[in-house]
Amino acid sequence: MTGVGERRPSAGPPASADQPVSGGQPGRAGQPASAGQDGGGGEQPGVRALSGRPVSELTLEAVRRGEISLPDLRIHPGSLEHQAAVAEAHGNPQLAENLRRAAELTTLGDDEVLAIYEALRPGRSTATQLTTLAASLDGRGLPRCAALLAEAAEIYTRRGLTA
Amino acid sequence: MTVPGPEQPVGRIRFMDQQRVNLDGFAVEDPDLGLVALRSPHDPEPGLVISDGRVVEMDGVAEQDFDSLDAYIARHGLDLSVAAEVMALPDTELARRAVRPDVPRAEVIRLCAGATPAKLARVLALLRPAELMMAMTKLRGRRTPSNQAHVTNRLDDPLLLAADSATAAAFGFREIETTVPVLADAPSNAVACLIGAAVGSQGVLIQCSVEEALELELGMRGLTSYAETVSLYGTEPVFTDGDDTPWSKAFLTSAYASRGMKMRVSSGAGAEVLMAGAEGKSMLYLEARCIALARAIGAQGVQNGGIDGASVAGSVPRGLRELMAENVMVMMRNLESCSGNDALMSESDMRRTSRTLPIVLAGSDFVFSGFGSIQRYDNMFGPSNFNAEDIDDFLAMQRDWGVDGGLRTVPASEIGELRRYAAQACRAVYQHLGLADFTDDHLERAVDAAGSKDLGETDTLAVLSAAHAIREGGLTVVDIVAALDDTGYEAEAEAIMEMTRARLSGDYLQTAAIFDEELRVLSLVTDPNDYAGPGTGYEPSPPRQAEIDEIRQARGVDDLRAEQASAAELLLAPAGPALAGQDPRDVVIGVSPAVGRDVWRSLSGLTVPEVLGELLAGLEEEGCAGRVVRFNDTVDLGRIGLAAARLAGSGIGIGLQGKGTALIHRRDLAPLANLELYSVAPAVTRELYRLLGANAARHAKGATPDPARNPYNDEAIEARYHTTVIALMALERAWVQPGEPAEQLSAEGLQ
Repeated sequence: MTGVGERRPSAGPPASADQPVSGGQPGRAGQPASAGQDGGGGEQPGVRALSGRPVSELTLEAVRRGEISLPDLRIHPGSLEHQAAVAEAHGNPQLAENLRRAAELTTLGDDEVLAIYEALRPGRSTATQLTTLAASLDGRGLPRCAALLAEAAEIYTRRGLTA
Repeated sequence: MTVPGPEQPVGRIRFMDQQRVNLDGFAVEDPDLGLVALRSPHDPEPGLVISDGRVVEMDGVAEQDFDSLDAYIARHGLDLSVAAEVMALPDTELARRAVRPDVPRAEVIRLCAGATPAKLARVLALLRPAELMMAMTKLRGRRTPSNQAHVTNRLDDPLLLAADSATAAAFGFREIETTVPVLADAPSNAVACLIGAAVGSQGVLIQCSVEEALELELGMRGLTSYAETVSLYGTEPVFTDGDDTPWSKAFLTSAYASRGMKMRVSSGAGAEVLMAGAEGKSMLYLEARCIALARAIGAQGVQNGGIDGASVAGSVPRGLRELMAENVMVMMRNLESCSGNDALMSESDMRRTSRTLPIVLAGSDFVFSGFGSIQRYDNMFGPSNFNAEDIDDFLAMQRDWGVDGGLRTVPASEIGELRRYAAQACRAVYQHLGLADFTDDHLERAVDAAGSKDLGETDTLAVLSAAHAIREGGLTVVDIVAALDDTGYEAEAEAIMEMTRARLSGDYLQTAAIFDEELRVLSLVTDPNDYAGPGTGYEPSPPRQAEIDEIRQARGVDDLRAEQASAAELLLAPAGPALAGQDPRDVVIGVSPAVGRDVWRSLSGLTVPEVLGELLAGLEEEGCAGRVVRFNDTVDLGRIGLAAARLAGSGIGIGLQGKGTALIHRRDLAPLANLELYSVAPAVTRELYRLLGANAARHAKGATPDPARNPYNDEAIEARYHTTVIALMALERAWVQPGEPAEQLSAEGLQ
């Protein structure tokens, strides 16, 4: 092909010349995936997809061979745990908590994630349904998500947000 | 003449009434309705009571009375270890620390983590506009400012979306947000924008703003890479009307992160007022609750600054100040600010510019949470505050102030190539995947279109069916990559795979993250704002500064020389030394040194020979004979005119600079005096030059001239021509040689 295949040489606003340096490197919390240790993006060695494949294997060549599927494109919980630690070190424990809940949710299918979201919307669930769901999540290794649901059950009851 | 009666205002007021600003609605401040910007008498006093590590009272509400927002904020949103310290600080003291360059950002962030919503609302209400700008400059998370674009059209036309997405990416936008007039078209829009952005620039994040389940689904398939329409509201009833609770939003926030998608929430003044649910509170206080909640649920950022309610804030006193205060408050909570400016808040160009300019100057993580990169009518979010109509204005504003608003100039030819390439790639993918076929004519129209109205009749059902096929077929980003690769767009396929890999580290889930064109993440973590006063903080790199400075309209002397040369003619050849005339009908037209050399076209667009032709014809009409003499020792029009008069047998001379400024002079006058002057060269017509010639002849004969009036109008003549004048005068001056005698020029061919 001709044309724009050759990319523009100019440095855009984002292509800033003064390249930032890493701001703080907290210890890594991720187990198998040593995600973006410098927080600087690009392709870091060691990062894995949810499927367990190293990111470096996710090449156009692999696409041509038909080897790439959706779990290869999904983020690994270890990467999220690592990012949670980074967020904590940068003054945002709430973002860290969110990322840790997210790490738990990587184990659930899309439909189940959407179903839990639906259950949490106002007037959808009784307090008992929420606490039951919380207990089930807790039992499946999602304690943080479970705690969120349990707290919702308590507040929803008091504020009239239950079904 | 009609004299207005007492019931009708005078003409001056009627004229003012007709100005566009008077199409805007202005509301009387009314706290009971929530129509109050910064502070309502019903806002609570800031306060926080902690007992055994638990918040038992916040902003005047006891724990047992907490609504769901209070409850979530009190349990999760506040750093209790600093709460006592910050709540004890006087409001003015915290406000000063937010502004003072010598108080580090980190210290403000540390303190604000323990501040209640009412406390931050009180503090922000104290900041004056210039102080808000200082605070924004210091407190935004990311050092490098950035910008987001809307890319949509009325038809959801994929080829136009791809071309416009490539255009937006090339202009420098690092996030592209699309949406649909027809919900079911969403998957097609996401794919078209993804392909287009990959052609325009590497690393642009894509969002398709639709209802949450579908938006999440598109993200899960890798077709989009961020979300921002997760709305928060400042009161419990309005929040519940929005069919969510803080807990459902917290869960959704985690759901996006679990699929590796960047996400921010949306809030902003006016939403509660519009839903008659403001409970008498000020806009800033209600927004303070939203922002505290955003932090509490773990969102990395907030899109606010009015958003859909921007014109509600704009209708009340201090409303624009409130909008900017919202953005700064987000930054104080250590979150990414996507700073609004995405809804047209006024019919007045001046008001909407006034609303946006301070944020452009201060710099934000995203100056706009949706600059309409397409025309107003194609913006399916509704017109943004700035749109395609305003891109050149915005580029000029960046350049005027020397600030980085995230955009850059792209050469016209490159835009043409990018649009063609993007539309071709999109067509190839749709065809390859059996989604839709588009004709050559359609493609050509999409490439050239300034908006969807230029597409003619299109098959909108084809779009719907393509979108259906994408959704039902379960197509993912891998299918798009494979299709690009199979159809010869390997570079774009590779670019999207690189981006997909880069996202998997999760670095871009950190606060205020964007990718640059080398796929490096710039965020609060990797590119922290280090502003600490003059000489510190973000400064565009030299290449970036050049992008800001070099707008395509800029002209230098060389450009002008080439332009002038293109009008050059084989006329005005030197015809010997200029001699003093004896004939009383002899009038000399003195011209400036570059005439007949480098300067051939005057500012009015008439060539210099045409101007001279009219002057000579005017002289002839009144029975005089003109000749053209070039003076080589000065560019000063008065001196040229006077020297011409002294050579003329009649004692009357006409002075003409190449740029078209002309006057009539008489040999006994002082150099700076004259008989008639045409100073507004760009507006002088053929007829006026002829009249000038005729009047010079009348002066020569002692008859009464018919003085011409200088043609004035209401245009920004100086803005339009001053740069050309400077360059023209430089060309003139280059030919000046002191002591060089005047020379007669051939008048052949002038009439």
